[in-house]
Amino acid sequence: MTEMLLISFIFLFAGVVAVPIASRFGLGSVLGYLIAGIVISPILYSLGIDVISIQHIAEFGVVMMLFLVGLELEPRMLWEMKGKLLGLGGLQVLLTAALATGIAMVFGYYWTIALAIGLVLSLSSTAIVLQTLNEKGLMKSDGGQAGFSVLLFQDIAVIPMLALIPLLAMPELMDVAGSAGGDAHGASSGDGHGDDHHGINLNLVEGLSGGLRALVTLAAIAAVVVLGNFLVRPLFRYIAHAHLREIFVATALVLVIGIALLMTVVGLSPALGTFLAGVVLATSEYKHELESNIEPLKGLLLGLFFITVGASIDFGLLADNFVLIAGLTLGLITLKALVLFVLSYIFRIKGSNRWLFTLGLAQAGEFGFVLLSFTVANEVIPQSVADRLLLVVALSMLLTPLLFLLYEKVISPRFASTDHREQDAVDTTGNVIIAGVGRFGGVVNRVLKSAGYNTVVIDFNAEQLENLRRFGIKAYYGDASRPDMLHSAGIDNADLLVVAIDEDHQATEIVKYVRANHKDVHIVARATHRHHVYELYAAGANDIVRDTFDSATRASRSALEALGVHKYEAEQLIRGFVEFDRYVLREVAGAYDSEIPPLENQAYIDKVKELAPLQDEVMQGKTSTFAGAMSRGWMPPGKLDTDPAS
Amino acid sequence: MPRVIVYYAHPGHRHSVANRAMQAALDGIDGLTRVDLYSEYPRHDINIQQEQQRLLEHDTVVFQFPMLWYSTPSIIKEWQDLVLEYGFAYGRDGTKLAGKSLLLCITTGAEKSDYSPEGRHGTSIRSLLLPFEKTALLCHMQFLSPMVLYGALGLRDEGQQALLDQHADAYKQLVSALQSGEIAPDQLMGNDVLTAESCQELSQ
Repeated sequence: MTEMLLISFIFLFAGVVAVPIASRFGLGSVLGYLIAGIVISPILYSLGIDVISIQHIAEFGVVMMLFLVGLELEPRMLWEMKGKLLGLGGLQVLLTAALATGIAMVFGYYWTIALAIGLVLSLSSTAIVLQTLNEKGLMKSDGGQAGFSVLLFQDIAVIPMLALIPLLAMPELMDVAGSAGGDAHGASSGDGHGDDHHGINLNLVEGLSGGLRALVTLAAIAAVVVLGNFLVRPLFRYIAHAHLREIFVATALVLVIGIALLMTVVGLSPALGTFLAGVVLATSEYKHELESNIEPLKGLLLGLFFITVGASIDFGLLADNFVLIAGLTLGLITLKALVLFVLSYIFRIKGSNRWLFTLGLAQAGEFGFVLLSFTVANEVIPQSVADRLLLVVALSMLLTPLLFLLYEKVISPRFASTDHREQDAVDTTGNVIIAGVGRFGGVVNRVLKSAGYNTVVIDFNAEQLENLRRFGIKAYYGDASRPDMLHSAGIDNADLLVVAIDEDHQATEIVKYVRANHKDVHIVARATHRHHVYELYAAGANDIVRDTFDSATRASRSALEALGVHKYEAEQLIRGFVEFDRYVLREVAGAYDSEIPPLENQAYIDKVKELAPLQDEVMQGKTSTFAGAMSRGWMPPGKLDTDPAS
Repeated sequence: MPRVIVYYAHPGHRHSVANRAMQAALDGIDGLTRVDLYSEYPRHDINIQQEQQRLLEHDTVVFQFPMLWYSTPSIIKEWQDLVLEYGFAYGRDGTKLAGKSLLLCITTGAEKSDYSPEGRHGTSIRSLLLPFEKTALLCHMQFLSPMVLYGALGLRDEGQQALLDQHADAYKQLVSALQSGEIAPDQLMGNDVLTAESCQELSQ
């Protein structure tokens, strides 16, 4: 217990200290975590903490990340990406692996070892690249999309690689240390959750024949798709009715972990399985709620993962072979960048996007760790070589944030003028967010949709959402008063937020939060009563609309018409009334103070008292002080005006 | 049977003397269609479809309004802008109103003498109504001699009731005769303007 608390404290504390500093200097969170890992590595070493086993746990962050990436990717978009995915991704892996293998053979390694090295180094870091792209808002750019295609292909490519590596086994080529040490964390599955050292072998397909194995694999994928399509929604609807946040989070976790488990059992990559589940759920109404629940956990686990990468760098070994390791690392980055650069020409990735693609993916990745330990366990690569490669992989990951900085500070600004136009077209999030889509927000949504605007609708009522979905409206389940929910709904790119939820206090909180954090978003807010108007005004809403006021004035107009008032005159009376009422509201808003109850606020009472009699006078046309609003209109000219003699 | 529609527009109906009397005079004319534009469209949201249908169903279109700023109350302008569509009232295939007649029945605040080159307004009433005349021509309609009540504001005074009644009655006779077919629209094209007196001459 104490040990767990200690480990948690060290890791969290290191992250909490390092990441804000790195962010402040514009280095990005990934570099912050990596540095934190390097700094705490002596402490971890002296406490005898097994960094690698923590890293295996942290790798689950990658699984969660791919689930989230899948959520952002509708099946239709995935299908549109197929050319890039297979062409770009396939060529990147093949070319890089081939070149690295060739170079390793030039250095005198036997071809089996060289090929294994080539495969290990062909992969890039999904964790670092996606995290950085998201953080810098580059995910939707051409370069980001191309990078993502390659990473996704690599995740798929890991599976055949894991099948291929045991065939390369050459026990007679292994050095003594390698065969003696073995590998406690040898991975048997896609992202290498060391099942072995738990003593449970969950791989059910190991003993099966090839055909049967393929069948089981396909069945598992089909199960994910079918489950996601037909079972998850009723399940979440059922959970949503309980209105218990933590149960919703637990359900989301059960879903992600369950799929990861299923994939592991059938020998597939858990990251790939959850990605697929994400894609299936990308069109569901629970998308944003899932996102905002998984996001923080993913962030923590990925942070932990980056720290362990930093902490696992063996500085003793690095110091002894500094020139060799540094040279290899730079050589690797150059080689990978070169391949990517050539591919960017073939696939017509232009401008700054070409550089983003080239520099962003030029590192080796966390799957490299997995493959390395796997190769050692299978007696493909000697331990001594693997140790050095491990350093090369880690260092290349460490340098990646710096390459992103190079892109951001030096390269991107040069293309600033030419890139601008492409950015808008790929943006798929709605530019209007409607919080609360009941009788009020629903009308607003219908109007905006029919005028051709993209809206993202958030509501807490599962039944309501289902009805909306039936009419093809993009509605999502969630609590709009939570900043992370607004974030997943796209408040960062929104032009307009309509706050139409019933709960007045929460509505005010939303307005306060958005006004403080997103100054450019125009906020239209629904007020449920007079005092709510004042609160929303203080919170910074741009337009405040009382939900029953307009309909009440229309009812009054109908009443006047029924009493025989000419319709045009009734219209003018109501317009005057509305005008005057707004005037009173503005006047009183100045005296209102949400900290003091209205009945104890003397300034407020005085103002109301002062204005109340005026209202009656204005209504009866007795005063001209306030523009005589109710009696203005067409009036016959005085007699003098018509007298030609005057 | 010839059919007549009377469009009435007054932004201050409650304060009106002459136009209210004229409206009241129309009560009871058999088969006459009457529209109070400000009542039907208090928010100026003219229903184009409905208005075009109305025009198709009538032969003579009457506009009754007080002259304001040498022009019409604003809702009539709005009505013109929206209802007299290209392809309906004018332009290519815009012949739906061909052969129909347009009659203006207006009141002015100023006296008759003011509407002359030497008068206060320095021009004739017909020249001020030229936009209407041209509109009618463009829509292939006959522009009938307008019926004018000068000095309507003066009729608020004591002792003017007889004059008011006379005009209202003549207006009623005119509309009623057009509706029943006793007077053909063509007969109303020779005069500069129609007044209560000239109307009475016509019906005799």
